[in-house]
Amino acid sequence: MTVLDVEDLRVDIRTPTGRLPIVRGVSFTLARGTTLGLVGESGSGKSMTALAIMRLLPQAADVSGAIRLHGEDLLQADETRMCRIRGDRIAMVFQEPMTALNPLHRIGDQIAETLVLHRDMARRAALDEAARLLDRVGIREAQARLSAYPHQLSGGQRQRVMIAMALACRPDVLIADEPTSALDVTVQAQVIDLLRSLVDEFGMALILISHDLGVIGRLADRVMVMYGGAIMEQGSTKAVFTTRAHPYTQGLFAALPGRGARKGRRLAAIPGTVPAPDALPAGCPFYGRCPRGQDVCRDNPPPVVEIGGSRAACFFPGP
Amino acid sequence: MKFPRAAAIMQRPALAAGATITLLLAMVALVSLVWTPYPYTDMNIAMRLQPPSARHWLGTDQFGRDILSMLMAGSRNSFAVGFVAVGIGLGIGVALGTTAAVRGGIVDDVVMRLADFTFAFPAVLSAIMITAWLGPGAVNAIIAIGIFNIPVFARLSRGSALQVLSRDFILAARAAGKGMARITVEHVLPNIAGILVVQATIQFALAILAEAGLAYLGLGTQPPNPSWGRMLNEAQTFMHRSPWLAIFPGAAIALAVLGFNLLGDGLRDLIDPKLRRARS
Amino acid sequence: MLALLVRRVIGLVLTLLAAAVVVFVVMEVLPGDPAAVMLGVQATPETLAALRTELGLDRPAPVRFATWIIDLLQGDLGISYTYRVPVAGLIAERLTITVPLALLSIALSTAIALPLGILAAARHDRPADAGIMVFSQIGVAVPNFWFALLLVLLFSVTLGWLPSGGFPGWQAGIGAAFAALALPAISLALPQAAILARVTRSAVLDALGEDYVRTARAKGLTRAATLRRHVLRNALIPVVTIMGLQFSFLLAGAIIIENVFYLPGLGRLVFQAIAQRDLIVVRDIVLLLAAMVIFINFAVDVLYTLIDPRLRGQRT
Repeated sequence: MTVLDVEDLRVDIRTPTGRLPIVRGVSFTLARGTTLGLVGESGSGKSMTALAIMRLLPQAADVSGAIRLHGEDLLQADETRMCRIRGDRIAMVFQEPMTALNPLHRIGDQIAETLVLHRDMARRAALDEAARLLDRVGIREAQARLSAYPHQLSGGQRQRVMIAMALACRPDVLIADEPTSALDVTVQAQVIDLLRSLVDEFGMALILISHDLGVIGRLADRVMVMYGGAIMEQGSTKAVFTTRAHPYTQGLFAALPGRGARKGRRLAAIPGTVPAPDALPAGCPFYGRCPRGQDVCRDNPPPVVEIGGSRAACFFPGP
Repeated sequence: MKFPRAAAIMQRPALAAGATITLLLAMVALVSLVWTPYPYTDMNIAMRLQPPSARHWLGTDQFGRDILSMLMAGSRNSFAVGFVAVGIGLGIGVALGTTAAVRGGIVDDVVMRLADFTFAFPAVLSAIMITAWLGPGAVNAIIAIGIFNIPVFARLSRGSALQVLSRDFILAARAAGKGMARITVEHVLPNIAGILVVQATIQFALAILAEAGLAYLGLGTQPPNPSWGRMLNEAQTFMHRSPWLAIFPGAAIALAVLGFNLLGDGLRDLIDPKLRRARS
Repeated sequence: MLALLVRRVIGLVLTLLAAAVVVFVVMEVLPGDPAAVMLGVQATPETLAALRTELGLDRPAPVRFATWIIDLLQGDLGISYTYRVPVAGLIAERLTITVPLALLSIALSTAIALPLGILAAARHDRPADAGIMVFSQIGVAVPNFWFALLLVLLFSVTLGWLPSGGFPGWQAGIGAAFAALALPAISLALPQAAILARVTRSAVLDALGEDYVRTARAKGLTRAATLRRHVLRNALIPVVTIMGLQFSFLLAGAIIIENVFYLPGLGRLVFQAIAQRDLIVVRDIVLLLAAMVIFINFAVDVLYTLIDPRLRGQRT
């Protein structure tokens, strides 16, 4: 059953010097109880896609296309409607658990706030529910922890609090933007296991954003590889990981120095850096760094070709 | 998630306005050295308290002196106050601040405690005490204002110098065998010069404001030397029948302070653009 | 929490003592014989000797300091040389004008600045923001005593609504007293409001850029609710800091403004005492002002801990 259907999503940022395309024609569908992994370097447009779905882009951003939640186009919804959807039907977990929680409020109140807002609960009842949620995400002595302030928790605990907060209303879609990047390796594994068990238990759809292929491989059913605001390749995790039809996907894997290696080094093998949005060629965004790049790639949008169950946007796809 | 917005463009007009105002005032001050419509000390009782007219554009005061000439001559007083008072603060403050940063330890502690103490005290009150003690007059007022610029620059240069000192090229310079004194002159000072200039501009505005206040209380520049604050003091007696006496000198002070503040803010934005592009 | 408070109070007492020492030492090292300074040209050997005995100058400095402090603690601030009355009573009388004036102008500047600063931040880069910033720039540049004169021109000379100076005394009725304080309070409040509005704006803008604001919006809070529940309290810390600092500016500003309006307050008293070289009054008022500034800083510190749980406990 399709929960979320994104069609030809485009985001442009208005700047004094002109419009910068940040997301360029992203389409995908998401079914209940499944996980979609969004991979790419920073600047590839992953987070912007997520914020576009939440309708939380900066005001200087123009969005077009369609984002349908159970058939309702969110891009047509007004702000009042979006406020009812956010936190209730779509929730989000952010990268930095250190700064994503309000330092001046007790964590119990921060979780309860969502319930009071969307479920019309009394504060007392909402706090009880918050304690159950904290317990569910693996925080010990949850009842006592309700009155803790964020600075009294470790990074891993704060990320669990963030997850509890996002889960409070049992959303249909959970977007997790680099949920483990700021955490220690052992804590990363725990949070990944937690997310997987929560998807199974609640049957929600998860959009997992990460630059870490290891995390994506462990959690995602389907994968979408993004670069320069566009989809380079997408398909089932198995197909994409084994076929690696797009040269960029291959670059990502080639840069992986071995399983479970440290983050931040992976992409060293792809020469060059991500170009700024205003420096992208008319054709394939990866043209400047692609080992197979030809003139045709620079000037024309690449066709989408299916190879081994994976769909790659490339003139010269293949392993 | 910040993008360059209208503010980036809006702030440049502020810089332009600030530069224009300060340059204009500087020119007026220079011109007043060689020419004013009337000699600013010329009294003419027959022409006393004249409203603005073709002969006296901004009117005359209770002694028949030409207000415009007095204002023009007063501008160089304000500039002199600004330059000397900021100069005192800059010279002594930067020396203390960078020494505190480079030496650290007890030198640092002592300098910063002293700075905190001077800072916490109402500067105008202390200036009043100093001028009252030393006797009213332009020089004493300038010294009093200058003294309270010292902790401002000491703190700022210490903080900025510490940042510079933590950078890699300082380590490289030390590894190359350069002494700390040389490093301070060659690397630290050039790197903190920009922010010091910005602060100096703002302090310049504050110095003009402070001197005007002291002169208004009768503690600053003494007659017959022209001073905007002094003019306001004298205007108060005749303000009821000749309001222009009170309006023009105050407007001159406000314009000068506004000009230097705008210039300082504009320069700060130029040096330290906060609008950095962040993408995900 | 309690231990923290005790430590703070001890710090407060020590700071007050340090301030007293500094004031005493400064008076001590200033060149010239205080008695000669106070008497000026009328000094004869006999009056000088008499005054020196009255001031206790024939005793060693530590003894005089100890006597001063002990007398202070008992509420005895000495006798004013020019007014020939106890300084304590003199100051108390003047405070009945200066304290209401200060409170009035702080209330006024806060009431103007906070809404404007928040509005400017919420309407960042739009006309309302630009307008408020222009107001702020002008407000900072206008000297408060000139603004005071303009207010007198408008409200006293032209419209005749409010008195142009003087103080009828509280016994003349609350209305008359407040009418006399209205223009002084407004002139003091304007530059404060201009600065405070700026600080509020940038504090709110900073807080708006924080990650937890995005979290709050992702929860489904509206823009206004996010501002109210998550931004304002976080923005309060720099605002409270500046308000504390402004208090000492306010005391200094009162010296000038009370002179503009011929208000017989503390500022005018200290100004006259300095002019008349009444060192006893000067010394006591300076210490009083320093104590006020120190108390305000203490209050700001306590406020911080109330606002921010990160500052409670767990610190050595």
